[in-house]
Amino acid sequence: MDAQHDHPGNAARPVLEAPDIARVLTRIAHEIVERAKGADDVVLLGIPTRGVFLARRVAAKLEEITGRAVPVGSLDITMYRDDLRMRPARALARTDIPGDGVEGRLVVLVDDVLFSGRTIRAALDALGDIGRPRAVQLAVLVDRGHRELPIRADYVGKNLPTSLRETVKVQLAEEDGRDAVLLGVKRTAPAGER
Amino acid sequence: MLCSPGDTSRTPRHLISAADLTRDDAVLILDTAEEMARVADRPIKKLPTLRGRTVVNLFFEDSTRTRISFEAAAKRLSADVINFSAKGSSVSKGESLKDTALTLEAMGADAVVIRHGSSGAPYRLATSGWIDGAVVNAGDGTHEHPTQALLDAFTIRRRLVGADAGLGKDLEGRRVTIVGDVLHSRVARSNVHLLTTLGAEVTLVAPPTLVPVGVEGWPCEVSYSLDEVLPASDAVMMLRVQRERMNAAYFPTEREYSRRYGLDGLRMAKMPEHAVVMHPGPMNRGMEITAEVADSGRCTAVEQVANGVSIRMAVLYLLLGGSETALPSAAARTEENK
Repeated sequence: MDAQHDHPGNAARPVLEAPDIARVLTRIAHEIVERAKGADDVVLLGIPTRGVFLARRVAAKLEEITGRAVPVGSLDITMYRDDLRMRPARALARTDIPGDGVEGRLVVLVDDVLFSGRTIRAALDALGDIGRPRAVQLAVLVDRGHRELPIRADYVGKNLPTSLRETVKVQLAEEDGRDAVLLGVKRTAPAGER
Repeated sequence: MLCSPGDTSRTPRHLISAADLTRDDAVLILDTAEEMARVADRPIKKLPTLRGRTVVNLFFEDSTRTRISFEAAAKRLSADVINFSAKGSSVSKGESLKDTALTLEAMGADAVVIRHGSSGAPYRLATSGWIDGAVVNAGDGTHEHPTQALLDAFTIRRRLVGADAGLGKDLEGRRVTIVGDVLHSRVARSNVHLLTTLGAEVTLVAPPTLVPVGVEGWPCEVSYSLDEVLPASDAVMMLRVQRERMNAAYFPTEREYSRRYGLDGLRMAKMPEHAVVMHPGPMNRGMEITAEVADSGRCTAVEQVANGVSIRMAVLYLLLGGSETALPSAAARTEENK
């Protein structure tokens, strides 16, 4: 959710390609099984849009590893954002909580990029209104730093130290036709504003 | 254009007429309402979205049903709600709409939901510059009741297309029949506009005395025979016979009206298997609808009430949820007509 669009004029450099993404997701799935000692009570909740696709991919890998289907859903955090009043009202995405709910389960939130941490704060609030999980963990494909809240990820695909002038964009086959993590340079302000 | 002169930072955001909505606006509202409906199924039926915002229900006409619906919607979004009913207020002492509006503005109302006996009162409030907040029309005279039309469209889409399958879809090719007192019905007027925008074909069925002048200009068909239209209807919307507005003899007897335009079990059997019966409530059982039909599984009257809360949550969220409205065309058209 925190990924930013890069400007077409600035060439974005891929830092992860499709095979890398597949590999880090496999590693995250193994780490989840290891820390949860199996994945018996794990529920994966992806944060729309790309977090949902990542959650589904991790769930498929968990099923390969453990032989059991892992419930996977999506958690839209739009109505819990703290910047709602600062931007135009936006369309809501889908919230789908697996049938058995999250009560007493280990919920793993999945998102593409971890940046300020505000999206995850909103997700924790949203989750609190749905039920009371045993524990909540966070898995992200990329951690780009610059946290504004005391939040950290339990599973990180790639730590990507960035400057605030850079943009990180995640592309996934389901939405963008290809898998990649692109590092670009933010569009600079027009001359008059500098 | 702006809400108030001198304030260039605000975009106007109002919902005055169903005719102001484009197809995309309407589908966005229906899709948002679908997400809002899911909140009603949760243990905690509350969202923090409008925390700190104030919604005033300004009701110059009694309507417990609509007021409660807006109140529930605003409260589920954590807004503060002030209910203002004209009865027993300064309005009965002669205060004008303008002075009431200025009072609300001074109290910091972010949105005013207005029900008024005069057609055009919400439009006046939205375009006068008296208040900065959003204005939502909750029924004005015999003019419009846009959120009722939206909840009707939402109910039709849920029943005929499905809750999940309907996302992003309109009502293309569906045939909706609206029966009864079209003349006094703001619900009918709003529904004709909205359903047509969504691609549905609308037929009005009423005694000739209850068809408004100028109906030829409306984007719909008119028929005087309910029995002919029923077999080709996907949804049949029964309107309440508004006895309180009937100051002249519009039809000979209630019994005759009921026999020609009332919906009973026999008539319902002429409708296609999948067709639904709708009623905005309150129902005059035995008049426009029999108890048999009203209590059957095909009648959506109770669902419509629940859907009303979801639709009003969606409208309040889209108008107030961000720094600008998510329904720009509705706002722009209200300003254009100024």
